[in-house]
Amino acid sequence: MSPDPAYALFPDPEPATRPVPGPDLPTEPILRLTDVGKTYRSGALAVEALRGVTLSVDEGDFVAIMGPSGSGKSTLMHILGCLDVPSTGTYRLGGEDVSTMKESQLADVRNRRIGFVFQQFNLLPTMSAWRNVELPLVYAGLSRPARKARAVEALARVGLADRIDHRPGELSGGQQQRVSVARALVTDPQLILADEPTGNLDSVSTEDVLALFDELHEQGRTIVLITHEQDVADRARRSVQIRDGQFIDAAATHTRVGAAT
Amino acid sequence: MSWLETLHTAFDAIRTRRMRSALTMLGILIGIAAVMLTVGLGQGAQKQVASQIDKLGSNLLIVTPGSTTSLTGVRGGRGSATTLTTADAAMLADRSVAPDVKAVAATSSTQTSLTANATNWTTSVVGTTPSWLQVRARTMGSGRFFTAAELAAAQPEVVLGETTAQELFGARDPVGEQVTIGSQPFTIIGVLATVGSTVGGDQDDQAVVPATTYANVVSPTAGTSVASIYLEAAGQDALSAAYQEANNALLTSHGVAETASDFTLSSQESIVQTATSTSRTLTVLLGGIAAISLLVGGIGVMNIMLVSVTERIREIGLRKALGATPRVILRQFLTEASMLGFAGGVLGLLLGMLGAAVLPSLIGQPVTVSAVAAVAAIAISVVIGVVAGVYPAGRAARLSPIDALRSE
Ligand SMILES: Nc1ncnc2c1ncn2[C@@H]1O[C@H](COP(=O)(O)OP(=O)(O)OP(=O)(O)O)[C@@H](O)[C@H]1O
Ligand SMILES: [Mg+2]
Repeated sequence: MSPDPAYALFPDPEPATRPVPGPDLPTEPILRLTDVGKTYRSGALAVEALRGVTLSVDEGDFVAIMGPSGSGKSTLMHILGCLDVPSTGTYRLGGEDVSTMKESQLADVRNRRIGFVFQQFNLLPTMSAWRNVELPLVYAGLSRPARKARAVEALARVGLADRIDHRPGELSGGQQQRVSVARALVTDPQLILADEPTGNLDSVSTEDVLALFDELHEQGRTIVLITHEQDVADRARRSVQIRDGQFIDAAATHTRVGAAT
Repeated sequence: MSWLETLHTAFDAIRTRRMRSALTMLGILIGIAAVMLTVGLGQGAQKQVASQIDKLGSNLLIVTPGSTTSLTGVRGGRGSATTLTTADAAMLADRSVAPDVKAVAATSSTQTSLTANATNWTTSVVGTTPSWLQVRARTMGSGRFFTAAELAAAQPEVVLGETTAQELFGARDPVGEQVTIGSQPFTIIGVLATVGSTVGGDQDDQAVVPATTYANVVSPTAGTSVASIYLEAAGQDALSAAYQEANNALLTSHGVAETASDFTLSSQESIVQTATSTSRTLTVLLGGIAAISLLVGGIGVMNIMLVSVTERIREIGLRKALGATPRVILRQFLTEASMLGFAGGVLGLLLGMLGAAVLPSLIGQPVTVSAVAAVAAIAISVVIGVVAGVYPAGRAARLSPIDALRSE
């Protein structure tokens, strides 16, 4: 079905098949942030959104990043997603230093390696569900029939096989977020980044979307999820707390913190 | 991303914003149609003038008295100078003087009233020689032209133009009938075949009489002076030789220097040029105004593209987040702008062609639309689209994906 071997469709739901550390790089994590800082400058004012963040995430991990509003969560995710570059420190994605990449290379990395799920869904309102889902494949250069087949398949996986021709406005919030999960999946990326994916959803839809993330995690995908809800974070394998642009508990980077404080 | 995909995306974007896209195209459309019609009108007018002058005859040189290089000489008898005479015409007709001149016809004319059976008609009465028919490239509709013998005998005979004949006699064939010119009865021996109007006026409304009769009866004060001498060169190639010969012969016989010449020798071509230069100036002027409207249309495209970039800032951010490179975004917006230009150009071309088909019957002026103009119209529209799209597309391409995603 899929003509491009680089996009072998969804892997078998066997966690063991997913992390394939190369023989030459046995322990290289999929992403590694070393002492990353980010300073926004507007005129004389400088806002230090991140100050010395170090984080590494192994392939197949499911990490929740928690923190209050303005603590730098979105900033961190933009850096992880190659949408922005750090002011200081280094960021290696899949063993490659991202800070040396050009704009067009970053676009390629985003296209092939990363799937985004946003709080605002960010679906194009004039396009049907499957046209939204195929969008990353357009930039990957796939042919139209191949794109449609894969978009429809991705929508089926998130339980929206009967909604492929609906526009975002004709779908519920939970369904829209499932469309954007399908869009994040369609290129079969190594890494899924979600910035408060349930922030705009009611409890039932939240459960739907989280169940999807659980399933993706079981298939061995690497997931980094940003949230400020404890019960959402509890679904992850581990969680890290961020305050004022810094991780507050070094121990948290290794094991789940849990509800006890 | 392939070109086809880019076209597809651009087309989708245009289609989604139907109303605005249509209004944007309207600017280009009107501009293109306006340019096409003004240029077409101008070219049509030039062609018309040129073809009218062609009707004067072929390979024609015209000598008029006085040294002005205006069109008035062609109209005949207007100039006050009386420096040309029948003797000049006779000299130029001499093969040994001007071997490249094939035929010569001197003419004089005046406005006079003709009367037939109590019907009056004022027209231009022309006195000339039998060669006039050939030199002016006219043919007889009915009857015949006067002969050299009749010229010599100053016969009271007249050949009427089609319109003149109709005004005086209606549908009836007037050959053999009598008409009174200046109280002298003339016999109608023929009617000229119709040719329509030329720069010299309605060529079907005139009465041609032998030059001798003209001098005796119609305009006795004119003496031997003539209003113009028409020369027909032996051929297209002989035209410049004929010009030289006639010029030299006239300068010599009048005993004047080139700089003080008391006559004007003009070729048909120079007359065409003089006559069309006016309409060309007008065409350039009107075309310039129309081009400004096209420019305004282009600014409209740029404006709408800028609005579009601002409005779709989130979409651009999303596309970039999903893997669109700046180059792809640039290409997408440029394609969109040039597509708007192209569509406006095609519609403008259609409107222009419709106008070119309808206008002539409304304003009585021919409108020329050439294939070159059509292709140019479309090419110009696309170029306008691209130029208008460069700045907005560049802005879209430079947007940072997070700034774009962050904006509400
Ligand atoms: N483009 C920018 N220019 C200037 N300051 C910025 C910019 N983006 C973010 N900031 C600042 O950086 C800090 C961290 O912002 P960020 O969006 O990462 O917070 P967040 O943890 O995602 O908050 P929320 O939970 O409300 O989404 C904030 O103080 C914010 O004001
Ligand atoms: Mg945020």
